[in-house]
Amino acid sequence: MTEPLLSVRDLVVEFPKRKTRLTALDHVTFDIYPGEILGMVGESGAGKSLTGAAIIGLLEPPGHIAAGEIWLKEQRIDKLPYEQMRRLRGKRIAMIFQDPLTSLNPILTIADQLIETLQTHLPLSDKDARARAIQLLDEVGIPAASKRIDDYPHQFSGGMRQRVVIALALAGEPELIIADEPTTALDVSVQAQIIDVLKRMCHDYGTAVMLVTHDMGVIAEACDRVAVMYAGRIAEIGDVRQIVKDPQHPYTQGLMGSIPSLTERVDRLVQIPGSMPRLDAIPAGCAFNPRCTQQFDRCKQQRPDLIKTKKGQVACWLYDGESS
Amino acid sequence: MIAMLIRRIIQAAMVMLVVAFISFSLFQFVGDPINNMVGQEASQQDRAELRDRLGLNDPIPIQFFRFVGNAVQGEFGISYRMARPVSDVIAERLPATLELALVSGVLAISLGIGLGVYTALRRDGWLSHFIMSSSLIGVSLPTFLIGILLIYVFSVELQWLPSFGRGETVQVTENWSTGLLTLSGWKSLILPSITLGLFQLTLLMRLVRAEMLEVLRTDYIKFARARGIKQRSIHFRHALKNTLLPVITIAGLQLGSIIAFAIITETVFQWPGVGLLFINAIRFVDIPFMSAYLLLIALVFVIINLIVDLLYFAVDPRLRVTKRSASR
Ligand SMILES: Nc1ncnc2c1ncn2[C@@H]1O[C@H](COP(=O)(O)OP(=O)(O)O)[C@@H](O)[C@H]1O
Ligand code: SF4
Ligand SMILES: [Mg+2]
Repeated sequence: MTEPLLSVRDLVVEFPKRKTRLTALDHVTFDIYPGEILGMVGESGAGKSLTGAAIIGLLEPPGHIAAGEIWLKEQRIDKLPYEQMRRLRGKRIAMIFQDPLTSLNPILTIADQLIETLQTHLPLSDKDARARAIQLLDEVGIPAASKRIDDYPHQFSGGMRQRVVIALALAGEPELIIADEPTTALDVSVQAQIIDVLKRMCHDYGTAVMLVTHDMGVIAEACDRVAVMYAGRIAEIGDVRQIVKDPQHPYTQGLMGSIPSLTERVDRLVQIPGSMPRLDAIPAGCAFNPRCTQQFDRCKQQRPDLIKTKKGQVACWLYDGESS
Repeated sequence: MIAMLIRRIIQAAMVMLVVAFISFSLFQFVGDPINNMVGQEASQQDRAELRDRLGLNDPIPIQFFRFVGNAVQGEFGISYRMARPVSDVIAERLPATLELALVSGVLAISLGIGLGVYTALRRDGWLSHFIMSSSLIGVSLPTFLIGILLIYVFSVELQWLPSFGRGETVQVTENWSTGLLTLSGWKSLILPSITLGLFQLTLLMRLVRAEMLEVLRTDYIKFARARGIKQRSIHFRHALKNTLLPVITIAGLQLGSIIAFAIITETVFQWPGVGLLFINAIRFVDIPFMSAYLLLIALVFVIINLIVDLLYFAVDPRLRVTKRSASR
């Protein structure tokens, strides 16, 4: 098997809160392999965005990494000094945010933003950078790219802006893109197109993607593997077909059960009775136990770690002893 | 662009007309001007004649249009108090006020923006904390008190700077005497311009700081960081212009109020500008002067507003381009 591109090991992210602290990410562990698309699902507040922010080193204080390690190939990146991390951002790991309407600077032209990003990471002359910028816009499907490049963001539609955002994220030809709900803010009619562009571009450039989404259709269509998060922990990771057709974790089963069919898109995943606990009220043992229909004594006392099974990895006591 | 300009100019003219009406009404409400012009012993006949000659018997609208017509030509009549044409008096005193306002305005805007940006970027530094706390003084102390304190420290105790007047001035043109060309002129400017500009400076600084912090939290700044854009460029290329956009209006208004508030500073420092004259004019109910002063201040605000609008147009691509595509 190939070496992982990104390895997140027992990542803990905390927010100090008066005398105590909130543990927002609790021993999160997963890998992303070169060129793959890893889907990341889970209810709002599960910790998906924080995971992305921690990886790219943009956690907003007072949030901070309290324990764990993040490795990009052979390099440990969770403790890099600012300048080294800055040079890595956009060059090796890039990020796409949810809302294309607010992701672009309103007073700089697309050319300004794209050329600056290119020149930050690549030794390009002004002329070459501009040519490359036009080429990138062309590749993400902006019509008449050589004319539109001098326009301002507000002159583009939401879908077009998200294409520009994708071009910007890919400018440094990164090995990994973290796409945090890249289509949630968009019109339903263009969501599929944007996912297609993202998928195609990343395929062409060999870029791996961590794709955060609520959309099970997108997961089934675009992802190679899926990680399911619950209350700041990974509940299950596995191959996309296994997760969709044969989920192991009771929470994942609930998620999949709440989808009428894969062609029909659902935005919110909360059809399981009850709601995810707040960070200051996570129950002992398995965080899912109050909502779990299959819970038993052990679930309230001991916290399950990810257990490797034949099908994937799952954090649930039902699979203890099945480990392979 | 041209259409916008014309629309703004018409609006400005309307505002001036309203102010002119208020100005004009001063004459109607504050006593009979004839009493101020003729002696106690003037006969009823004399008064009626004078009244006729001044056009005071004409219908009000006609009088108003005459007033506006004169005002446009810079004619505001004779000052009751000084018995000289108001326009001459103002022309003579205006340079002093404008120079004072200009220096305080430049001080307030440059330091206000500079310190605002600094305190936003070095949010947790001790110097920022110090600046922010001392800025509270600037906002909370009344102008005249600041002036008096400055005079006490720098003129009375230390004797470094003069406490009143403009110092030596140089006659540049017939009407324009400037203090900006002599050392004593500059020395005399320091305390009054600090006094006049301090409030605006602190207000502007706090505004810029708040706005900058707001901008630094936006998605496009986060996205720029996520692309590895250099810190310097994030602060001064990506964030600063967005910060200053909403500040333009406030800065413009503040420049206007600096001229308007010059009254207090000019009084404290006996600065020979129009503000000082205005205080005296009030005491003597010198209506022609007061109405001219009112119009002057209104004109200053209107012109600044016009400039602010044009600046927005030049700086904010969203305005510019919508207009362009609308006219296509
Ligand atoms: N500044 C903060 N202070 C305290 N808690 C925070 C802060 N930011 C995020 N959180 C908490 O971290 C958890 C994970 O948030 P997030 O990663 O944004 O969730 P997701 O992206 O999965 O919807 C949430 O419960 C949220 O309340
Ligand atoms: S560990 Fe227990 S409570 Fe948690 S999901 Fe599995 S069965 Fe349910
Ligand atoms: Mg999120």
